[in-house]
Amino acid sequence: MSMTDQSLRYSDQEFIRPPHGFCPGCGVALALRYFLKAVGDRVILVTPPGCSAPSISFPKPSLVGPKGLIDVIHCPFGSSAIFAGGIKAALETKGDTETQVIAWAGDGATFDIGFGALSAAAQRNENIIYVCYDNEAYMNTGNQKSGSTPGSSNTTTTVAHKNAGNGEKDLLWIMMGHDVPYAATATIAYPDDLMAKARKAAGINGFRLFHILTPCVPGWKYPPHLTVKLSKLAVQTGLFPLAEYEKAGGLTLKKKGREKPLEEYVRFQGRFKGIDLKDLEKWKAAVKRRWHRLNRVSGISDNSLS
Amino acid sequence: MIKVITGNDAAAYGALLSRPGIVCAYPITPQSQIPEKLAYFHGRGELEGRFVNVESEMAALGYVTGAAIGGARVFTATSSQGLAWMHEGLHWAAGARLPIVMVNVNRPLGAPWNLTCDQIDSLSQRDTGWMQFYCETNQEILDTVIQAYRISETLSLPAMVCLDGVYLSYLSETVHIPDQDMVDRYLPPLNPGHKIQGGGWKLYDILPPDRDPHAGDFMADRYELHKRASQCLTTATACDDAFRELFGRGYAPVEEYRCRGAHTILVMSGSAVGTARDVVDRLREEGHGVGLLKIRMFRPFPKDLIREKLKGKKKVAVIERDLSPGQGGIFCQELKWALCGEPEAPEVYGLISGLGGADITPYLITKAAHFVMDSDQCPRDAIWLGLPKRKHPDEYDGSIITIQ
Repeated sequence: MSMTDQSLRYSDQEFIRPPHGFCPGCGVALALRYFLKAVGDRVILVTPPGCSAPSISFPKPSLVGPKGLIDVIHCPFGSSAIFAGGIKAALETKGDTETQVIAWAGDGATFDIGFGALSAAAQRNENIIYVCYDNEAYMNTGNQKSGSTPGSSNTTTTVAHKNAGNGEKDLLWIMMGHDVPYAATATIAYPDDLMAKARKAAGINGFRLFHILTPCVPGWKYPPHLTVKLSKLAVQTGLFPLAEYEKAGGLTLKKKGREKPLEEYVRFQGRFKGIDLKDLEKWKAAVKRRWHRLNRVSGISDNSLS
Repeated sequence: MIKVITGNDAAAYGALLSRPGIVCAYPITPQSQIPEKLAYFHGRGELEGRFVNVESEMAALGYVTGAAIGGARVFTATSSQGLAWMHEGLHWAAGARLPIVMVNVNRPLGAPWNLTCDQIDSLSQRDTGWMQFYCETNQEILDTVIQAYRISETLSLPAMVCLDGVYLSYLSETVHIPDQDMVDRYLPPLNPGHKIQGGGWKLYDILPPDRDPHAGDFMADRYELHKRASQCLTTATACDDAFRELFGRGYAPVEEYRCRGAHTILVMSGSAVGTARDVVDRLREEGHGVGLLKIRMFRPFPKDLIREKLKGKKKVAVIERDLSPGQGGIFCQELKWALCGEPEAPEVYGLISGLGGADITPYLITKAAHFVMDSDQCPRDAIWLGLPKRKHPDEYDGSIITIQ
């Protein structure tokens, strides 16, 4: 696991300046705040439609560094990885190797409409950081099912837990399959971990992926003060393993996790109200399979790969 | 250097000589030789920029859009279904006021599959805010790509250079390939009107920094786009004049061929214009008052020029390779709109021909010219020129006029 860097956590650099459009208790706002603290303001953010694009644009531009507004480029929904790659390529041809180009995209833009683009950018090893902030549905349009929505979750298009599909799509695993230089998961409940990973990724060349779980107050239907607690429970129940993959060192998995039952996580959220016990068991089995899969790979040590 | 090359190669040479920093490619028939040729140039070290193979046309346009945001000169090419797959991005690029040059090889869209020639693909994109130029010869393709960069970068608007699939893309003609230093004199390095890092370019795509990115400004933004697009004709003409001065050849947005003294004017675009020139020559020899108007620039539509050039003419026959089903030809619609309200405007005959790669032969053009000259009533609906003869003629609606 990444080394904790306390100085990052307590840095007084803030790049989100109110008023912004994020909801009270929004996990995405925290993720963005920590991420920028770690990588600094020499960045260009590419934001497809989703919660972030309007929230940092309206009512006024709210990403500000010491030198002024941070560059934010909106792009079509499925195009975040594409635009980011193009921008970075142009900067490099003009001699700018410092600026980090970050695709900052939600789960709909990543798991669904931009999935092909993500895969292709990873395969081309575009020199960008791709962050998927995952609130597990199309929250900006009012909570419709995405490819990341848990199978037993209620959304406006999976009413009464119907039509959700199996709900499993392991982004980290898929990116590892692309042999990317760096891929990691993180949640806002562990900001030291998140920021250390972000800073490490900023020092690596090539395609870097982050999958950050960002609880959503209106979509998941819980009181705003529970955002951090739910992020923590997602890790503690094993639902969202904290992991880091480096091409050179393989997969590092935070072994802690699964020490609490999934029910602990589920019971705070209105979206799981009335969940079928059979669905819950199926979900638990899927979580178990995922751990099994990750554990098998993370057993390979740095040395045996290099 | 003079070479015998295909239209696709001419497009690739035009791009090479324009020194793009980023070239994006995705293959589609009948365009694939353009990225292949550029990859060849890149492999030999002649193309100094980056050559990026992407996963779709949406990505090809998105990638060069990103690169244009980053301040690079960019190039991509597509055709047909690929252009349709870019549709969202076309709006985006124009709305963001980015200087992008793209070649589109004209081919229809399925169903049914057809891999040859039809201009419906790019004409369907007429409302995206891209400039559109339709080429007649391979030389014109090469030259138009170079010109398009200068026009596009002067206006900071994207430009599409269209060439007929198969007829131009695959067929070879003698093309004069200009020296690099001549092209460099014509086309200085890109100096983007925006700066992405460190200020100037802020939120909401590429709006000026003093612009509040609220929805209420969208209409004002579109007004500015409209206004800028209306400058295209002046800019394109000036860029052509400068080209003519350096290279000794050029292409008017709307070109008259033997129109003086003619009462009937054929209006055409693309590769079939060359055929029509021969037909007009022959008809003039035979004493018929027929001329030809070639429309090279379709977007923005050069309405004033067309009004001026058709002044005093009796009849106009628009022969075109596209169809808006249930409506007719798209060039014809645009031309009628340009002439609407003109005193003593000529009668406009709309002829649909050559769809899906069917040949627009000298025979057909001659027949069409005679039909229009001899007609004493201008039909409101499209005339089908070269509709294949079927075993049972009754299969066609009797009310449709066909010339076969």
